[in-house]
Amino acid sequence: MIKIIVCMKQVPGTNKVALDPVTGNMMRDGARGKLNPFDLFAVEEALRLRELYGGQVTVLSMGPPQAESSLKEALYMGADEAYLVSDRALGGSDVLATSKALSEAVKAIGIPDLILCGKQTTDGDTAQVGPEMAEMLGIPHVSNATALADAGEGAMLVTTTLERSECTYRIRLPFLVSVEKDMNMPRLPSFRRMKALSSYRVNVLSLADLQDKDPKHYGTNGSATGVERVFAPEHNQERSFFQGTSREAAEAFCELLAKEKII
Amino acid sequence: MIRIDQSKITQAAAQKLIATCPFGAISQDDKGNLVIGEGCRLCKQCLKADPAGALSLEVQENKAADIDSWSGITVVAEFLGGTLHPVTLELLGKARELSGGKMPISVILIGNETAEAAKTLSRQGADEVYVYDDKALHAFEPLRFSACAEDAIRRIRPAVVMIGATIAGRSLAPRLAARFKTGLTADCTLLEMRENGELLQTRPAFGGNVMASIVTRTRPQMCTVRYRVFDAPEAACSTTGRILQMELPAFDGRIEIVSAADKNAEKDLSEADAIVAVGRGCASRKNLEDAQKLAELLGARLGCTRPMVEAGHFDVKHQIGLSGRTVKPKYIIALGISGSVQFAAGMQATDLIIAVNNDPEASIFKIAHIGYCCDAGEFLPHLIEEIEQYKAKRKGAEEE
Repeated sequence: MIKIIVCMKQVPGTNKVALDPVTGNMMRDGARGKLNPFDLFAVEEALRLRELYGGQVTVLSMGPPQAESSLKEALYMGADEAYLVSDRALGGSDVLATSKALSEAVKAIGIPDLILCGKQTTDGDTAQVGPEMAEMLGIPHVSNATALADAGEGAMLVTTTLERSECTYRIRLPFLVSVEKDMNMPRLPSFRRMKALSSYRVNVLSLADLQDKDPKHYGTNGSATGVERVFAPEHNQERSFFQGTSREAAEAFCELLAKEKII
Repeated sequence: MIRIDQSKITQAAAQKLIATCPFGAISQDDKGNLVIGEGCRLCKQCLKADPAGALSLEVQENKAADIDSWSGITVVAEFLGGTLHPVTLELLGKARELSGGKMPISVILIGNETAEAAKTLSRQGADEVYVYDDKALHAFEPLRFSACAEDAIRRIRPAVVMIGATIAGRSLAPRLAARFKTGLTADCTLLEMRENGELLQTRPAFGGNVMASIVTRTRPQMCTVRYRVFDAPEAACSTTGRILQMELPAFDGRIEIVSAADKNAEKDLSEADAIVAVGRGCASRKNLEDAQKLAELLGARLGCTRPMVEAGHFDVKHQIGLSGRTVKPKYIIALGISGSVQFAAGMQATDLIIAVNNDPEASIFKIAHIGYCCDAGEFLPHLIEEIEQYKAKRKGAEEE
């Protein structure tokens, strides 16, 4: 029996938040959020482990009420329970405050045997929240796992990948692990489960449900970093354009490559 | 936190503010009060708009009362597989630049058989190298490495800690940041030191075509930087720093290293000197064959954008951009790539960017040094032919 919590995030549907070149204001993107695609591998891995060893899979996210739709996707894939930490006091959270809220939520649900995360999100790409949560919960973590297996005696074998090496660890439960993309083939949400769970209500945790209820530890107040300004990226000013037919341009390109000693 | 003076909010002002928020975080509750929800990312766009003058930013005081007791810059070296990762020297180069000779620079070196690396670091600008060398540290293990780094940081009390955004660095840095209850800014592309010791950390943010400059209110100010974003020092220092052999802190046995082996992987794309990159505008089978041929002719590696990985054309290790590799080759030829900020963030330090795209408005042309507006697939065969002819001609000339 293995109790697993999978952390997930709803990310913007597209990456097209842009700055208005005239006013410098951020322009709103109407697209809806979607489940961070890297998290699908974590959900699948949790379901796979549950099938092998038995147990329970809980999915957890933090965000506005709309994030429930991503949690439901995981439920339709096969997760047993879903929790959303949602409170106005959490607005403006940086990595530290986000990790704090999520780790308090894990404590409120009950620390499981294993916490799984996707390797990173597509909107922040930082891969930081997982290890920070593990530190706050006082449990070990490893990142970028490519294989997980039971090692007996309350431990698991975890293989991880680095740029140039591969490491296998034997880690005592409980611990947190972020999983590599493509470590498995995530299943599709089941239509039957969707029907069966039509009346399921996602468990919503607010600040009042957490052990540490001090609003100073969350949201903007609990954040250690602040954004000073946002601006459009600078663009290269020295540019030249080739004109003419593709044959002429190919000739000009070739000359340039020769001049730059590329060929 | 943004405060709202409800008495000043008119219906029109409310509507304007709701429409302004790029994250949809502003709404009205059932009593008609304007509320800012948890979607707030503190981008301050509403403060800029604020039609009724009803919003104010609650300025936070620096949390750490002992902020002045933290000083200097510390780089956490990456030493794995018997070698110093080159990002370490790049960070050291940046540390020297930020310090301007005014702040002490230290390096934390964790690994096994590190003597040569310690000497290199002591000559490249580290005033002090804190060495944790032991067999138990021959491979990366988050708990042991964070225990060593924590030990050094407590002794040094640096104002800034810089860590390479490698896989190990991205695992170690957040663990440490949480331990010191401090901020962590990932993948900075620009770092500036203010007179007051604040580090201005700039990175692409909000998952869009936007850069954000971030400051950390707590100490140490921690950031990660990717490989090939900054330059390694050009020359060794005239002085040699001290090498300090440190006693190991206690390790708990919760993680045991069962095996650690080098991958016989080909060189990582991030180390390539020349790259031909393809995007959605160059995605047919013929296009990809031509791109591969061009890469072979040039002795370049083939890279791609995220959609190409998602479409199954390439493995993720070929992907350039924020969620893929950061590259800094001498040149990159971008074929049929529109140039999202995510892609650009992964390659804009390239010395020479050449772009071919059929959309004259494509953002890739804003960062390209040389552009040509044309269908990449149509252009490729001509370019290959020209290069083959040129090479044949030159070979003929050499033989004469």
